Amino acid sequence: MLSVKKVSLSALASCAMLTVMSAFATPAQSDTASAATPQTVADTRQKSASTADHSKFKELDKQFRTGPEVTEACLICHTEAARQVQHTKHWTWESVDPKTGQKRGKKNIINNYCTSPVSNEKDCMACHAGYGWKDSSFDFTIEKNVDCLVCHDTTATYRKLPGDAGHPVYERREFPPKSGKFVDPADLKRIAQSIGKPSRSNCGSCHFFGAGANGAKHGDMDSSLQHPNKYLDVHMDEKGLNFACTTCHATSSHEVSGSRYNMAPATKGPAHIRGNPDSSPAACQSCHGDKPHPQHMSKLNQHTAKIACQTCHIPEYARNDIGTELSWDWSKATVMDEDGKPFVRKDSAGRRAFDSKKGAWVWDSYVIPEYRWLNGVSTYKVIGDKIDPGKTVQINEVGGSPDDPDSRIWPTKVHRGKQPYDTVNNTLTVQHTGGEDDTALWHNYDWQKAIRAGMKAANLPYSGKYDFVSTELTWPITHMVAPKEDALSCTQCHSKNGRLKDIQGVYMPSRDGNRLLDMAGWALALLTLIGVLIHGGIRILTSKKAG
Amino acid sequence: MTTNKIYVFKRFERFWHWSQAMLIIFMLVTGFEVHGSYSLFGFGKAVDLHTISAWMLIGLWVFAIFWHFTTGEWKQYIPTTEKIVAMVRFYSVGIFKGAPHPFRPTTLKKHNPLQRLAYLGVLLLIGPLLWLTGWFYLFYGDWQAWGVDSFLSLEWVAFFHTAGAFMMLTFLIAHVYLTTTGHTPTSHIKAMLTGWEEVD
Repeated sequence: MLSVKKVSLSALASCAMLTVMSAFATPAQSDTASAATPQTVADTRQKSASTADHSKFKELDKQFRTGPEVTEACLICHTEAARQVQHTKHWTWESVDPKTGQKRGKKNIINNYCTSPVSNEKDCMACHAGYGWKDSSFDFTIEKNVDCLVCHDTTATYRKLPGDAGHPVYERREFPPKSGKFVDPADLKRIAQSIGKPSRSNCGSCHFFGAGANGAKHGDMDSSLQHPNKYLDVHMDEKGLNFACTTCHATSSHEVSGSRYNMAPATKGPAHIRGNPDSSPAACQSCHGDKPHPQHMSKLNQHTAKIACQTCHIPEYARNDIGTELSWDWSKATVMDEDGKPFVRKDSAGRRAFDSKKGAWVWDSYVIPEYRWLNGVSTYKVIGDKIDPGKTVQINEVGGSPDDPDSRIWPTKVHRGKQPYDTVNNTLTVQHTGGEDDTALWHNYDWQKAIRAGMKAANLPYSGKYDFVSTELTWPITHMVAPKEDALSCTQCHSKNGRLKDIQGVYMPSRDGNRLLDMAGWALALLTLIGVLIHGGIRILTSKKAG
Repeated sequence: MTTNKIYVFKRFERFWHWSQAMLIIFMLVTGFEVHGSYSLFGFGKAVDLHTISAWMLIGLWVFAIFWHFTTGEWKQYIPTTEKIVAMVRFYSVGIFKGAPHPFRPTTLKKHNPLQRLAYLGVLLLIGPLLWLTGWFYLFYGDWQAWGVDSFLSLEWVAFFHTAGAFMMLTFLIAHVYLTTTGHTPTSHIKAMLTGWEEVD
């Protein structure tokens, strides 16, 4: 099991060399992938489908000092690449809802984990596909600031650390500070000459470690997906289909398909060919169709009108010992030990449970999802939105209803927490957490200073008074698809206290029924039985008398 | 008292009766499990068994309907008021005093007037109610294609299907008991097994 010490960006370092292969290996080649060593990296690349060997390009045959220098070299041939990336969420950290017009994305929303990158860009942008976003002055039009390598590195040596605003490591340094562990600078020439298609570990370097710990954020994504077995993920199974993330999240012009922000929860019709512009390649239905079960199980196909594939086929999420975070209580941050010193504590499974910098966490593994009607339209709390502190604040509200033909019952991860808010203005606050300066919460343990600095960076009024409010985040679960043998059985929902006992608006045999009819029906049958027994009893008695 | 025997139930009729009886009892058992009244086979298995039995019963009915019309046996279910009061009086009073059965079955009139009414009710009311609701229940996935999803709800389809099941269960209890009210307690059952009914 991976230790929680390997926070956010240690993914690349922690993944073994053989994941490099998943970028190139097709299922038929998976045998070569399993015995990977640095030597076979080159072997496999020669066998790969690519028509170019980047180590032969003179543009890459030089010592690069910085990330942007590498990007400039990439753009000599890949003339449109940076501009393409600059249109994607990986660059803008922004997404506009086509239905509501709401501007979401990491840049605009407040989430339930680290809350907001605003005023913390130097740390957070370690996961930005770019270089130099350190504050609101970042210029989103400069092409050389697009980071090609974080997605295309195949050497697993390219690391971006918090504090560098998205730049890789240029000088050997101790990380985490005072840990005695050192990170060597990236060999940008070697990395540039070895680039390939994104593998699971490329995507995972950010998406597995969101919220600053392995598995913390999503619940259905963590480092176990670098080398998954069939039990964990039937499609990514390293010895089986060995899918990369991009096998489903088919990508065109650097636009990665399939996003929580723009879900396609009710994809209809048969399986369709890859590349169909009307389709949602990342949806299960794009390969399986909306009637995926064989004829003798046709009753299951009728379920697809109401139930997402994920509901039955992802019976639990975080199906490993890494687990996922179920709550983050920021109100416990700045609590010190008896000596007035900051401290950290882990839970029995070695996962972070408390940190004076960040507060208290609760983790779990093999989590049973909470189920919701979902139509794919989620409304998010964006920075500055008013809240009602008397209620639990919904960090996002998932749309959907049983009457809507485009809604399905989905499994979700609900992450609960407590966050600071301005008690006068009734807004969730933006706080300056990361950094070594006087106002950074993780440096000075002073909420007042941290909020004041954060709100200033976010251009929001701050009354000077804050308290903590309960919050809830609801995210659909869609990864870690189990083998069919592990899918939910009928009775897990079709029973009085089953998985879907709180789902309204749908009649489920065995769960539902008319109590009055049941009482009347059983009474009728029982009275009839009693009646015939009495009748028969009298007959027996009278016949004996007569006899 | 002399005992005579008449041939009332032909071979197909007896086959129809007993296979239908088994299927109906089995469908009650599996159906009430699907309804959530108890656990026996497990929900999924119960649904499968219930569905298979339904198709078998439909097949059986196709043959039975054909048989009834080609043989003219359907006339056995035409209701009559003749001797109906006598039958009620027999079941409520006479049977306890050893009074003779007011109805004497013949090959042309094998059911007494109360039987005729009860079976007609099963054939025209309980049966079709279960059939129709069961059919929509089974083909729930096609409602949209059929254009019935705007006015049908599974909740009400299930309601009437369950109501039909309770009526069938009630019929079954009374029916089984009434088989003991023949010439001897077993003569009706013997008749349905062998075809030959003992009469006074």
